[in-house]
Amino acid sequence: MSVETAMQRDAAVTIFEKGAPGRRAFEPPALDVPDRPLDELIPARLRRREAARLPEISEPELVRHYVRLSRRNFDLDSGFYPLGSCTMKHNPRLHERVAALPGHARLHPLTDPARAQGALTLMWELERALAEIAGLPHVSLQPSAGSHGELAGVLLTRAYHAERGEPRRTVLTPDTAHGTNPATVTMAGYEVVKVGTDERGGVDIDDLRAKADADVACLMLTNPNTLGLFDVNIEEIARIVHGVGAIVYYDGANLNAVMGISRPGDMGFDVVHFNLHKSFTQPHGGGGPGAGPIAVSEQLEPYLPRPVIVRHGGAEGNGSAVEFDLDYDRPRSIGRLRGFHGNFGCLVRSYAYIRSLGAAGLRDVSETAVLNANYLLARLRALGVCELLPPAYERLCMHEFVLSGAPMKQQLGIRTLDLAKRLLDFGYHPPTVYFPLLVDEALLIEPTETETRETLDAFAEALAEILREAREDPEIARAAPYSTPVRRLDEAAAAKHPVLRQAL
Amino acid sequence: MSRYTAVTETDRRVMLDAVGVAGIEELFADIPPALRLGRPLDLPDGLGEAEVYEQLRGLAARNSSAEDMLCFLGAGMYDSYVPAVVDMLLGRSEFLTPYTPYQPEISQGGLQVMFEYQTAICELTGMDVSNASVYEGPSAVAAAGYLAKLTNGRPRFVISRAVHPHARETLRTLSVGYGTTVEEVGLLDGVTDAGAWAAAIDDTVSAVFVAQPNFLGAIEDLEPLIAAARSHGALVVCSADPLSLGIVEAPGVLGVDVCVGEGQTLGNRLDFGGPSFGFFAVREEHLRRMPGRIAGETRDVDGRRGFVLTLQTREQHIRRERATSNICTAQALNALAGVVYLAWLGRAGLLELAELLVRRTAYAREALVAIDGVEALHEQPVVREFAISLGLRDTSSVRRVIARCAAENVQPGYALGLDYPEYRDGLLVAITEQRSRADIDRLADVLGRALAAERAAAASGGAPV
Amino acid sequence: MAEASYPQELLYHPEHDWARIDGEVATFGITWHAQDALGEVVFFEPPAIGAQLTQHEPYTEIESVKAVSDVIAPLSGEVIEVNDALGEAPEAINDDPYGTGWMVRVRLSDAAQTAALLTRDDYVALLS
Repeated sequence: MSVETAMQRDAAVTIFEKGAPGRRAFEPPALDVPDRPLDELIPARLRRREAARLPEISEPELVRHYVRLSRRNFDLDSGFYPLGSCTMKHNPRLHERVAALPGHARLHPLTDPARAQGALTLMWELERALAEIAGLPHVSLQPSAGSHGELAGVLLTRAYHAERGEPRRTVLTPDTAHGTNPATVTMAGYEVVKVGTDERGGVDIDDLRAKADADVACLMLTNPNTLGLFDVNIEEIARIVHGVGAIVYYDGANLNAVMGISRPGDMGFDVVHFNLHKSFTQPHGGGGPGAGPIAVSEQLEPYLPRPVIVRHGGAEGNGSAVEFDLDYDRPRSIGRLRGFHGNFGCLVRSYAYIRSLGAAGLRDVSETAVLNANYLLARLRALGVCELLPPAYERLCMHEFVLSGAPMKQQLGIRTLDLAKRLLDFGYHPPTVYFPLLVDEALLIEPTETETRETLDAFAEALAEILREAREDPEIARAAPYSTPVRRLDEAAAAKHPVLRQAL
Repeated sequence: MSRYTAVTETDRRVMLDAVGVAGIEELFADIPPALRLGRPLDLPDGLGEAEVYEQLRGLAARNSSAEDMLCFLGAGMYDSYVPAVVDMLLGRSEFLTPYTPYQPEISQGGLQVMFEYQTAICELTGMDVSNASVYEGPSAVAAAGYLAKLTNGRPRFVISRAVHPHARETLRTLSVGYGTTVEEVGLLDGVTDAGAWAAAIDDTVSAVFVAQPNFLGAIEDLEPLIAAARSHGALVVCSADPLSLGIVEAPGVLGVDVCVGEGQTLGNRLDFGGPSFGFFAVREEHLRRMPGRIAGETRDVDGRRGFVLTLQTREQHIRRERATSNICTAQALNALAGVVYLAWLGRAGLLELAELLVRRTAYAREALVAIDGVEALHEQPVVREFAISLGLRDTSSVRRVIARCAAENVQPGYALGLDYPEYRDGLLVAITEQRSRADIDRLADVLGRALAAERAAAASGGAPV
Repeated sequence: MAEASYPQELLYHPEHDWARIDGEVATFGITWHAQDALGEVVFFEPPAIGAQLTQHEPYTEIESVKAVSDVIAPLSGEVIEVNDALGEAPEAINDDPYGTGWMVRVRLSDAAQTAALLTRDDYVALLS
């Protein structure tokens, strides 16, 4: 295994190490105003003494650098990306076209609402669509990501309890919760109390009953949960939490399993966040942007972030109907969570997606997502993969499922990590590894609805092949990958002696 | 089946068979009947691609963008020129569609971009270390507050009223969760009142917040403000306009603890306010409390140079309730636009652009102040944005003037009175490289006539101006 | 240290910390099991000299690439010495958890607290 690929020979050189003094890509417009001495305009003592050491590079070299760099990435357009909890579904290119329309892309956020009716109409209709999908009537599109939406939801909860004169201390989260949940709880000034998971993979009802008391502000849950399982006790869970006057929060990361089939509002949740970069196919961009709108019940509506989009009829003096406006007069609002209105560019894409699919299409998404996941699991069983990587729970899964690599580790001497690294050589992005924490050597697999049966078959075959290989020689997986632009990296050294910028 | 899913009837039969169920319904058996929606979602029917495009085109056409109007709006987001290379690179599958780089071996493109971006931000801000982006400007200010709280646990924040109103409000919103109070210090002659500032700071202050240039476009004299905070052991947070840092002294050189800001002006579109990116950079001593992703350099098993997400133990997926932040998805694609833009501007170009803006802004300020009844709201040095008083009675009058300008396809600026009662007839005007001298002359002409018309209307209506 | 090892002369806390008693002074560290579970240690910040440690309570944190763990005080006392070498070379905790990987030295406040600790054999039994 010592053949070096061309990409591997292409050493990593940063943009700062390229170019040469005097080269340039940008050419400023000619000065068309008086050439006044800078000292007259800005005293020297307020000005930079040393220029920022940016690259000096021409356009062709700039393009070549970043295009070559892009090729060192695996991406969703190129291959299967079964990252559990991330919903890596196809990103329709139509969305890029509509987001780039100048009426969207060149619209300043402080434009008079009377002259941004297209944008406000789009946001209003998106709010109505999300409300319908969630089963909760009021929406804010302001939060910029799922965890931002979580923060909004928990701060709303805090405002709700404060108005009732009942400051509460704790928030319950299951031990399967995504890390953003407990992190959000602390930022919102609450203490985390963990609730256990039962043998069927749902919330331990007895543990919940014991811990649900008047100190609890909120329970944060996702359903289906991070194990890919629908909690059959969800109505009882909501009853228990409401019974102590607390709020039930829905982490919408797994919405892809239930759209058009079941709604969090109907399950008893009071506030929901959506990850538009998951179920609503905003491209992940290598780590954002995303958007995390929230939907809330009637009683939480007054606390929504401001401004809120309102609709009124009537015509302005200039003859055009001003139907939608931004309402800042919200005295009980928690306030702003960010500047302006939110990630409008992401909202445009998700709006286009919902208009493309309609009710039937959204239901089809969830049915197919769940079918694909169950089919993939069935194929893995049929190929004997599950003997070494058994599902953590012997139940039908929803849109994702988690396997445990513990038997594989014990019998073959390779870990989930090694399996994942070897998958890279087979041209796949590995599933999520080591999450949720509850499962030993976890492998969380979410195929999504946009994959074909053939892709799922091929992926199952690849896993089987890697196990066969490991039986012969476990060292192959342990030293994988071999064919990627770089091989396994020393993450310990990166943490011990951080080098976080190019030396100049 | 839709254009994005591919399960045919044949596929379905084979797959259901393999799973061992008769129909898809059985896969949802765990959902209690009472929780089944039992009806289609109340949404319009789905449409083909061309029809969706038509719908969206129709909506976009009902917006007056900088394509239709001469835009002098700023306040944190600017109609800056986005070079074609940015559009091209952001459209590439390899940058647009991957996830956060958790498998570094196949994410060296994205990780190296982060590393380059972090380098560029450190250069611009003069700080020791930067993260790989946060959502945007105002929430970055609030995130800096969290870092301060984690560092010293003190209960008070002191913030200049010259900091962006959205940032001040966001800090207040999050302070409810942090358990901190937020006190504002007012302005004097368009900059932070240094006397009031010093008086407000004592040993109970966790962090102080300033903006550079400030919301009114003025360049602040940061040194005394920083000194006042340091003498009481408070952290100094500076929110800066990245383009202005091409010419204004870097906050890091002056010794601030945290430098944050709104990155939209660097290669990102206006997009009605987002997505863009926020930058977040700190002094070395605050590294372990910095939020967000950080890319670090290392070697692979064969000795090749490579990059990984590092210091992940700060983050939510590991440290959970004790994390430095809850941030997971950030703004990686927008930060890519930012670093490409900065490389495109280049070392000389950044300064040239800043100098061009300074001169054009000076010209614009003079031109508008020459209008009858208009005065500079402050005389402080500015870079690319300035504030004037229109000599009107109230903010509604200002809004009517703005509407008159809009009828001539000019957006003259932002009505300051909407956020600053103390500047009820103020107008904030922003200049970008896309606003030529001719454009500025046109602004002066249109604004002049709009003001005259407003005064005439007020006079004939009998009300004093 | 490649193979599990638990020295006979040490006392063990069920949260995987060890104590070496020398009269009134004790040395603390983490066991082989703990460092194995953590993976390669990348960061360790000792408490300050003079800090008061309480038995069973966390007194600092230890970080590997992918995990953060509390370090529990096996006994109560005042910190009189810390292993500064771990700042530059935290991997000593993995390589030699009972020797050069020692973390703090403490003046014990209550020698009787050792009753709450396990002998080597009891700790090994706990692990299996």
